[in-house]
Amino acid sequence: MLSFIISAIRLGMAFLFGSTGETIAEKSGHLNLGIPGVMCVGAAMGCYAEYLYLDAAKRNAVSVLAILIPIAATFIGGALMGLLYSFLTVTLRANQNVTGLALTTFGVGLSDYMINKTGPIYTKGSKYFTTSLPFADDLGWFGKIFLSHGVLIYLAIIIALLTSYVLTKTRVGLHLRSVGENPATADAVGINVAKYRYAATCIGCGIAGLGGLSFVMDYLHGNWEYCIDAIGWLAIALVIFTVWKPNLGIIGSIVFGALYIASSYITGVSFAGKELFKMLPYIVTIVVLIITSIMDKKENQPPLGLGLNYFREER
Amino acid sequence: MSNNVAIELVNISKYFGNNVANKNINLKVNSGEILSILGENGSGKTTLMNMIAGIYYPDEGQIFINGEEVSIKSPKDAFDYKIGMVHQHFKLVDVFSAAENIVLGLNEKFNLKKAVSSVAQIAHKYGFEIDPKKKVYEMSVSEKQTVEIIKVLYRGADILILDEPTAVLTPQETQKLFNVLRKMKEDGKSIIIITHKLHEVLSLSDKVAVLRKGEYIGTVNTAETNEAQLTEMMVGEKITLNIERSEPNNVEDRLIVKDLDCINRDGVKVLDDVTFTARSGEILGIAGIAGSGQRELLEAIAGLQKLDSGEIFYNDPKTNKVENLRNKTPIQIRDLGVRLSFVPEDRLGMGLVGNMDIIDNMMLRSYKNGHSIFLERKAPKDLAENVIESLNVITPGATTPVRRLSGGNVQKVLVGREIASAPTVLLAAYPVRGLDIGASYTIYNLLNEQKENGVAVVFVGEDLDVLIELCDRIMVIGSGKVTGIVDGRTATKEEIGLLMTKTEDKYEKEEQ
Repeated sequence: MLSFIISAIRLGMAFLFGSTGETIAEKSGHLNLGIPGVMCVGAAMGCYAEYLYLDAAKRNAVSVLAILIPIAATFIGGALMGLLYSFLTVTLRANQNVTGLALTTFGVGLSDYMINKTGPIYTKGSKYFTTSLPFADDLGWFGKIFLSHGVLIYLAIIIALLTSYVLTKTRVGLHLRSVGENPATADAVGINVAKYRYAATCIGCGIAGLGGLSFVMDYLHGNWEYCIDAIGWLAIALVIFTVWKPNLGIIGSIVFGALYIASSYITGVSFAGKELFKMLPYIVTIVVLIITSIMDKKENQPPLGLGLNYFREER
Repeated sequence: MSNNVAIELVNISKYFGNNVANKNINLKVNSGEILSILGENGSGKTTLMNMIAGIYYPDEGQIFINGEEVSIKSPKDAFDYKIGMVHQHFKLVDVFSAAENIVLGLNEKFNLKKAVSSVAQIAHKYGFEIDPKKKVYEMSVSEKQTVEIIKVLYRGADILILDEPTAVLTPQETQKLFNVLRKMKEDGKSIIIITHKLHEVLSLSDKVAVLRKGEYIGTVNTAETNEAQLTEMMVGEKITLNIERSEPNNVEDRLIVKDLDCINRDGVKVLDDVTFTARSGEILGIAGIAGSGQRELLEAIAGLQKLDSGEIFYNDPKTNKVENLRNKTPIQIRDLGVRLSFVPEDRLGMGLVGNMDIIDNMMLRSYKNGHSIFLERKAPKDLAENVIESLNVITPGATTPVRRLSGGNVQKVLVGREIASAPTVLLAAYPVRGLDIGASYTIYNLLNEQKENGVAVVFVGEDLDVLIELCDRIMVIGSGKVTGIVDGRTATKEEIGLLMTKTEDKYEKEEQ
């Protein structure tokens, strides 16, 4: 049971990075369906950077650098994908859905290519990421659940809380939400819609990329699996599940993580049954959608301008 | 009252392509003064105000603020010169509270509590009623307007522009707004208000500036004028257009509309007890300020608008049976043998599919007539070629996507298709909007032809000269109510102009 909860948390944080990043983008009005691709590229960039650093440093590797370098590389990789998305949708006014799906296809392919260069094993790097507080094991179940994780797990929670605070309590958050809700209104009061959309999408994609890295390093212990895009789709579903609130996402992501791996911890489930179990997160998302639609509370609806490109009408 | 000039416009002109939107406009507003800008649709009132608010930039002329020449290039510049505009279509974020909307975009320290209290302070000073924490989507139209006005005041505006603020308000709400505006005036603010309603002009403003077709007609002091003079300035002298008008023959009642009521999604009554008869062999004109319910009325007849009460009877000329069209879908209406051709206001949005070619657009009306699972393209192709030839549509060919045609040619394709289905009732809303004179006459002739063929034509128009020369009878609607039906042969522009801006009785009583 304990290992089930720990696994759920570690997998969940990969979802949380993705959904926090996607929420930031969606709050600016960008329905970024490229998140699965972004997470693949982010993970591949991080793994690649870790591989290069450890290869160069050999025995002299410093653990702080072994963590920071891949994180930075991942963030940059994700942000570059976000930049590409924003350039296509804001500057060239391409359709957001098409752009997003293309980005996913592109990202999955690119990451496969990068991984084939180095091979899919990063267990050495993973050790740095899974290093936890030394006294965690001494505190029994409490320590195992709350203190036994690597740095990325805590980073995910910090980023989610920080995002939540910025969105609801600051001027930047207010402006960002206005851009996603009603870009024409934001424009009329002097907010630079394009700037906000570019920034939100790049930062959001950078954060989402960390989810891919967390999945490989924390959950898979450095053994790359070609299924990171599946995590990306679940992250997008999680955005809806948490009604665009990153702080709710902390709990939501753990629920998703638990549902996704539940079949492995229940004995007597056939192989086909396990695959059915993996659908559970999507099913609860649909249930949430139904409930929020029936309740029809405006705050729980997607941003009004979501998916719509904005350009000032011809003067 | 101080007499310094707050804002002055000198010889302002603005062109959109070849269209003159404003020509040589001169205006002067003192501080502590309310100026009304009066004019028909398309007379350039909103364009002019948008130039002061920094949305458009004038092509010619100068703007002076407090005696200094300024150049207003963006809404932000306008704010810096303490000019604020309340647009006709509110620019508010629905899920934000009033206070959040008001501080949006400001570069001050973010402190909602402080904002809430200063909003309350402004509201108290001028007598607004507002709950700063209420979400915009929970607000009535008048509350939303209040938020917009406070938003402008919060930014420290001294010159306020209100674009048709009363169009969406009930008489009581209008009265409240006017009280607030009078308080602002006492506070030394300059207010420019755009309106069509004469009684409002007379009761509120100090001066009235009249525009007609983009030109500046003059400014008069409200105290020295009356409704008749203002109407005359607004509509101008009659221009003879020489549109042929035949005597109606074989007149019979085709469409009998009784007591139509319709309330739109915002809870505003857009049609109020509309009753009229459209007769075969006759053109019935509908005049009125834009947005007085014309669109809803036509959509109701075409089966596209849900009604709250009232009936629409149709006399079928073939069977002599009376059919009730109320709450039938457009397809049901057609299945009944009732033929209605509808030229929507929004040509491309509702009438035609821009990315499809002329033939395919013709097929939108006939695709159900095919006998196999494949589309029958022969008939629509013939029709398309016929329309192109007979209406002189300028296009590279019948397979050109409609969106590549110019506005006039798009309109011809649409009207041509609607007429081709040999209607018994033809509803046409603004069919000449955006067309040059030659193309307009083609359309007038088409409508006349239909009338001679015994069609009951309903024509919603903007230009009073055209309405008077083309129509046999003219129905005037104002705020969703029929304010009068006049004979097209004897009516004068002043008469129609007065009906368009007619006061509601209820409101007049409250005034006095």
